[in-house]
Amino acid sequence: MIKAILIFNNHGKPRLSKFYEHYTEDTEQQIIRETFHLVSKRDENVCNFLEGGLLIGGSDNKLIYRHYATLYFVFCVDSSESELGILDLIQVFVETLDKCFENVCELDLIFHMDKVHNILAEMVMGGMVLETNMSEIITQAEAQSKMEKSEAGIAGAPARAVSAVKNMNLPEMPKNINIGDISIKVPNLPSFK
Amino acid sequence: MTPSVRLQEMIRVIRSARTQGEERGIIQKECAEIRAQFRQTDNGERSHSLAKLLYVHMLGYPAHFGQMECVRLIASPRYSEKRIGYLGAMMLLDEKQDASLLITNSIKNDLSHSSQYVQSLALCTLACMGSSEMCRDLAPEIERLLRASTSYIKKKATLCAVHIIRKVPELAELFTPSARSLLSEKNHGVLHGAVVLITELCERNAETLDKFRKAVPELVTIMKGLVTSSYSPEHNVAGISDPFLQVRILRLLRILGHNNDSASDAMNDLLAQVATNTDSSKTAGSAVLYETVLTIMDINSESGLRVLAVNILGRFLLNNDRNIRYISMTSLQKIVQTDHNAVQRHRGTIVDCLKDQDTSVKRRALELSLALVSPVNIRSMMKELLIFLSSCPVELRSQTASGIFNAAERYSPSKRWHIDTILHVLTTAGGDVRDETVPNLIQLITTASELHCYTVHKLYRALVKDISQQSLVQVACWCIGEYGDLLLKGECEEIEPVQVTEDDVLDALETVLQSHMSAPATRGFALTATMKLSTRITDNVDRIRSIVSIYGSCIDLELQQRAVEYNALFKKYDHMRAAVLERMPLMEKNSPGHTNGDSSGEIKEPEPAKTKPVEPILLSEPANQVCDLLDLLGGTDTPVQPSSAPTSTATTTSSADLLDLLGGLEPTPVPAVTVYEKNGVSLKIQCDSQTDTDITVTLIASNSTQNDISNFTLQAAVPKSVQLQMKAPSGNVIAAHGLGQVTQTVLLNNPNKVSLKMRVRVSYSDQGTMLQDTVQIDSFPSPSWNSQPSIGVL
Repeated sequence: MIKAILIFNNHGKPRLSKFYEHYTEDTEQQIIRETFHLVSKRDENVCNFLEGGLLIGGSDNKLIYRHYATLYFVFCVDSSESELGILDLIQVFVETLDKCFENVCELDLIFHMDKVHNILAEMVMGGMVLETNMSEIITQAEAQSKMEKSEAGIAGAPARAVSAVKNMNLPEMPKNINIGDISIKVPNLPSFK
Repeated sequence: MTPSVRLQEMIRVIRSARTQGEERGIIQKECAEIRAQFRQTDNGERSHSLAKLLYVHMLGYPAHFGQMECVRLIASPRYSEKRIGYLGAMMLLDEKQDASLLITNSIKNDLSHSSQYVQSLALCTLACMGSSEMCRDLAPEIERLLRASTSYIKKKATLCAVHIIRKVPELAELFTPSARSLLSEKNHGVLHGAVVLITELCERNAETLDKFRKAVPELVTIMKGLVTSSYSPEHNVAGISDPFLQVRILRLLRILGHNNDSASDAMNDLLAQVATNTDSSKTAGSAVLYETVLTIMDINSESGLRVLAVNILGRFLLNNDRNIRYISMTSLQKIVQTDHNAVQRHRGTIVDCLKDQDTSVKRRALELSLALVSPVNIRSMMKELLIFLSSCPVELRSQTASGIFNAAERYSPSKRWHIDTILHVLTTAGGDVRDETVPNLIQLITTASELHCYTVHKLYRALVKDISQQSLVQVACWCIGEYGDLLLKGECEEIEPVQVTEDDVLDALETVLQSHMSAPATRGFALTATMKLSTRITDNVDRIRSIVSIYGSCIDLELQQRAVEYNALFKKYDHMRAAVLERMPLMEKNSPGHTNGDSSGEIKEPEPAKTKPVEPILLSEPANQVCDLLDLLGGTDTPVQPSSAPTSTATTTSSADLLDLLGGLEPTPVPAVTVYEKNGVSLKIQCDSQTDTDITVTLIASNSTQNDISNFTLQAAVPKSVQLQMKAPSGNVIAAHGLGQVTQTVLLNNPNKVSLKMRVRVSYSDQGTMLQDTVQIDSFPSPSWNSQPSIGVL
């Protein structure tokens, strides 16, 4: 099973930390620091597998990591997972994030931490791989966020207005407005709920 | 508004902090606001506050005050609040907190909610942090969800079931029937979850495993479909359709086919097909191939298939991608026990990997190289290993050194080569070798009597060059003390003669004594060596007397004691000096369990005939102990023979050994218990070493019939949680009339400390007829009290 999924940047600041086994808060932070220390020492062209640090289970556990631009994606797994498979999983995860955020960058991960967690929850559950089909993951994640937005009520009016304007189908606007005639063709706007 | 907007403001503010202190201040303020928020009654802002709290938690600040808020939010009817509440529960709560019990009821209600997303939230949280009580309560719900509803829920429920089984193994029977039916699903997500569930069920329970063997044809069909299907864009990763599912199915097939012929037969075709058709240019293909190879090696596959598997691994080794090389070496490590010859073919590539820049690859290559050492290739391998030792990273040094020693001990073609190798290691990495190396080396040197002259010359030269490597210096001092006369004679066939005068030798020893780099133990060695030389040399005895008397007032207690005693030898007991300081007798080697090192993956052979295993094992100490004995006995006139002093260690501390001397405990021979006796063939088991979780035993087979028996093989099986490793046997022919025996070492690793049982199948052919028998060993003999080396107390 996957013990932990960590994303941190080149200076060791955590951008996402998800633990599938219980550790105290202090231990969690120590694990993040230790993992950063181990992973940042690695050269660019060495292999992506490392023995785990002492805190997260020693030599039984492996750290499988990938370095993209300024971020390290580290999965800490035990021996029951296929190492190359996890490497592919990291790739799928990053591609999914890319599709969801459109050219994802570190700032996206910083400011939309909850969205990243939701996407991750569709891929890995309880330390086990749940779904690897990108389109399926994205569909589900979007459906859920739609549900959230629809619940937002009056307070969500400005946000919904913005999204409504975005979704407005401009070609449907009438090419000519007959001023002489009282009846003016009004474009079809999506109804507010 | 979704929680994100407020959260983003806070994140922006935190990021604008320029120092750690400023950040802490901002976060404290925010936390106070959040706490105030939580105390207020229900309004729409609570989810934002919790989101902010979770961010703060990720950065490492305490967030426990949010736990009750999570519980409250989970119970809310609104989806956005539920969502953040569940996320908070996964991050902040765990089974040790009381608050986690409070959400059990909410989860139960949500599991039957009309919206599938709410159901999925509940399932996700249960799978991440469900405690055993929660799991027990909710298991029937999960089981129901497994069968009904959409595939989205089904796959989540399946993985939730896996978590439940892990927490509460007794519930496994609840899920077994549904698991089987899930295999007929079309949705890959559900299939994937089903395979994981079945794998978990089979790993826990052998009967379930038997039941699921019937599913092998179904699994084979699914795999075939995946491998031969046309391009399906949704599951495609780099040209392979759903490699994740393929890998999972292969792993399950491995478990089902292990040790079972019929299941393995059913899979043979499939495995051959996958192995030949999969494209391994990308990681995805390699992952599938790798898993296939592991499966082939683990089940009872036919030999052609095994050869194919090893060849695939060999191909991986030559791959440019370091990841793949690392992976292939890991799997070769697992295979090297059983298919040693197949792996030998790739020895060249493996040895080349020692020179790779990557530390992980080097580590794997080192372990594999040590496992591949055999009598045939020992010289070339050792050359490579020694080159590696001089350039290897620091963390691998001691492992390399001890591996080299073990290999040298087992397979050295000649004594001189052995001594040369050890000296080489000591000069390169003397600081990283273990403590037992020094006495082992000394013992080795004494047995090689024809090489004394050569050895002492070499050591003397090494000593003169460099006195920083303590182990080397200790050995050198000891040898110079013992064989100083040979050194001074100056002639030796094997190296060019160099004239060494007595002054040179004494200068060297004095340098060691006075250098600040020498450890106290080393100085002890040097002092004793100087003393011993007093009987071996003729001219400079006075110089020795003066050296010895200077140290009579040394601050170090050990040195002072020795110096005083040696002085006494000079003054009062001069007539005994020659007898006391004469040459040491041949030392016997320790029991097998003691010296064989800890490097894994090595094929151990029984001790060569130079040791006599049955006699009581005497460990005698260097000559300096004798003087202590003299003191103990109050300086009586009877000369004490050094060889009859039983002590427990060969380290150079004296006081602890004195106590042991007083105890006078004689080490008992290691007992061998007979476990099988039939038709003249008997099998004994002898325990070599035992720790809390590991036990090493040797099986000794002997034959008291009239005829030799041949093709003698032993197979062993142990309970599930115990790992078994059988080393290569010493042979497979047992001579008749009890004249010979076959030994085989077995290592058992018992991490769960279950009661150890082992079933051994004995098969041999006696005058042409094949005979087989099985014996069950229920109790293992414990080793004698000191077959573990006891390091001296001081």
